[in-house]
Amino acid sequence: MKKFLSGNEAFAEGIRLARPQVISAYPITPQTIVVERLSEMVEDGSLNAEYVHVESEHSALSCAIGASAAGARAFTATSSQGLLYMAECLYYAAGGRFPIVMMNADRSTALPWNIYGDQRDSLSQLDSGWIQAYAENAQEALDLALMSYRIAENKEVSTPFMANLDGFVLTHTYETVDIPDREQADRFLPPYETDNRIDFENPKNMAFSAGPDTNYIFKYKEHEGILAAKKAIIDTEKEFAEIFGRKYTGLTENYRTDDAEYIIVTLGSIAGLCRETADKLRENDIKAGVVRIRYMRPFPNEEISDVLRNARAYAVLEKDISFGNEGTVFTNVNSALKKTGLNVKGYNYIGGLGGRNISAADIEKIYTDIAKGTESVNFIGIGGEDNGK
Amino acid sequence: MRPYIREKKSFTFDEVPENTCFEAGYLTTVNSGWRSIRPAVNSEKCVGCEQCYLYCPDGVIAINDGKAVIDYDFCKGCGICAKICRIGAIEMEAERK
Amino acid sequence: MANKVAESISREEFFYGHKACAGCGGSLAVRAALKVLGPNAVSVLPAGCMSAVGFNFPQLCFSNNSIISTFAGTASMLTGVEAGLRARGYKDFTAVGFAGDGGTADIGIQALSGAIDRNDNIIYICYDNEAYMNTGIQKSGLTPFGAKTTTTPAGKNIHGNIRPKKNMFEIAAAHDIPYAATASVGYIYDFIQKVQKASQIQGTKYIHVIAPCPTGWGVAPDETVEIAKEVVDCGLWYLAEYENGGFKLNHKPKEFTSVESYLKKQGRFRHLTDEDIQVITASRDKKWEFISKNFVI
Repeated sequence: MKKFLSGNEAFAEGIRLARPQVISAYPITPQTIVVERLSEMVEDGSLNAEYVHVESEHSALSCAIGASAAGARAFTATSSQGLLYMAECLYYAAGGRFPIVMMNADRSTALPWNIYGDQRDSLSQLDSGWIQAYAENAQEALDLALMSYRIAENKEVSTPFMANLDGFVLTHTYETVDIPDREQADRFLPPYETDNRIDFENPKNMAFSAGPDTNYIFKYKEHEGILAAKKAIIDTEKEFAEIFGRKYTGLTENYRTDDAEYIIVTLGSIAGLCRETADKLRENDIKAGVVRIRYMRPFPNEEISDVLRNARAYAVLEKDISFGNEGTVFTNVNSALKKTGLNVKGYNYIGGLGGRNISAADIEKIYTDIAKGTESVNFIGIGGEDNGK
Repeated sequence: MRPYIREKKSFTFDEVPENTCFEAGYLTTVNSGWRSIRPAVNSEKCVGCEQCYLYCPDGVIAINDGKAVIDYDFCKGCGICAKICRIGAIEMEAERK
Repeated sequence: MANKVAESISREEFFYGHKACAGCGGSLAVRAALKVLGPNAVSVLPAGCMSAVGFNFPQLCFSNNSIISTFAGTASMLTGVEAGLRARGYKDFTAVGFAGDGGTADIGIQALSGAIDRNDNIIYICYDNEAYMNTGIQKSGLTPFGAKTTTTPAGKNIHGNIRPKKNMFEIAAAHDIPYAATASVGYIYDFIQKVQKASQIQGTKYIHVIAPCPTGWGVAPDETVEIAKEVVDCGLWYLAEYENGGFKLNHKPKEFTSVESYLKKQGRFRHLTDEDIQVITASRDKKWEFISKNFVI
């Protein structure tokens, strides 16, 4: 069934199909629409879930962890300050191996206050142990919502899943979206089964302490779990394509990269404009390509080094900065290349902070700049007279 | 039924669970080494009123055949039982090393 | 000689082999409550003494399903556990939280207020040992006036803690909670009956139990129960319930025992001057005036 939906609404439709049993969420712009839709679905009976009106984001995730420990499928959603407020629980959910799914509407972090989209909220939590996916459009958002539980609940993985949607640009933009039918969704995603739960036949002590002798082993296994998500993502997408007919490309999505000399590596909704710009440049015989990172964790080390191997230069375009260093995505991409001994020239382009526009001209300039060589870290339009207008 | 001491006390890499979820009531160490004094029940005097049983923070007292019996593996020697006993049936003695 | 209270609760031990200090009042409260609630209790404990002493893999001291929550998250995790089990079709269980005074009145008060507001079907038990004992006796929102802690030192200028305890019982009651009660491990029969009563009531239940910490209070390990009784007998604590919109006093001492004697027995109060003791006695009398006006006695 096709419907005209915003990113938030599409995600909510995906969650309805995933049949979570407990939803706990606290409102924050620009996430609110997804929890409003879900509460409506609970009200009208089309989603049979406990909707818990928690009093904070910390409680939202703490409640979801409790529900997951009870063996229930749990969902929450947040953004920005809310994600930071629940940060303690992010690590807790990952360490306890609870396959909770959370939608994060990527938004700027205070100060100064700002409600618009950048990716500094989720990228600051890369080390929390969550799988991190970044959607580009509403259809992908919906499909991710459905696939996320299959990946997170995979026995080898057992890791919570954060699906990131660019605030406003994706969460509030309407597109035509295909909603899978209920029977097919149920065939794709069976009910959650786990041993990592409260059990009245064989009682359990959970979320315990572990001293120096075993703590390290628990952490190692947590790492193995999220690494196992690489295969689970590929397998899940394959089965998804068989049932629903839409194909996804794993941890990255490459566009005209086979013969590309200059490649922009980016994530989220800006990738579309990058592809359009690459097309345009190719008309002028500039061999431009785009790599969209779909998953920041587990990180696509091999995929990145493979695709950048033959390029002359690449630029990492990101809505993030790790103050005192550079963009975090840039750091990660460089590390992927370094590990394979490749020495392709790379540049960092930071832009879009606090929702500031990144234009086609900005992107075109990235391609032409890196062809000539430029500063290692660049701030798009900073100091410009138009202030991004 | 109460948590009890298990044979298996240490865990190799493969035996450490994948998640923080494990069998409830799994004990590997006792608490007897904590004591400098120990409660001694005078069975002649004990009337099995269960005051000591109810007030023991460690739950180490059970009433067996109407008399208080102490699990010395887990008694820490706090002395609450001796103090709570209205008829003086429990006395604290120096721990025998 | 049958003991009716002992007969009314489980013979099983659900909290056993833990590493709490000898004479720990908190562990007594947890043990007694779980014996009331039985094997289908699911306990949630935040970071704090009882989780620190009971959950060190592979030494796991709860024989019922139990889980540690984040420090601030006792009530919210209880909510999730209860909702999750209910969603999975379970009916015969009790979600019970055991949090200390800091975990309840300070860092956990927001989540607790949220749970009471939603009227989630949980029992929340605050074992109040009147300071952050697990981290080494620092002042909490439930540390009483005059108490010396490691962050409220008693010196020439300041005589320990300068603020009275928050009244968590009345804060819980102000939400119009279905059931709230105060208790003391010194009156274990009363505590057990209150947990029994709470387990029969639908909605949120809050029980605030005084649970002395010999280490932090500066009393001998064998004095825990006596001192927990004495705090009630001297009127600095009271045994009461809130139900159906009203307060009820469960135990009225005929005559208060000496406040000074209660205080001076404890290392944490030994520095108090006669003037300090007068302040404490006056605040006790004011509280009892309130009780006599507002509680059914």
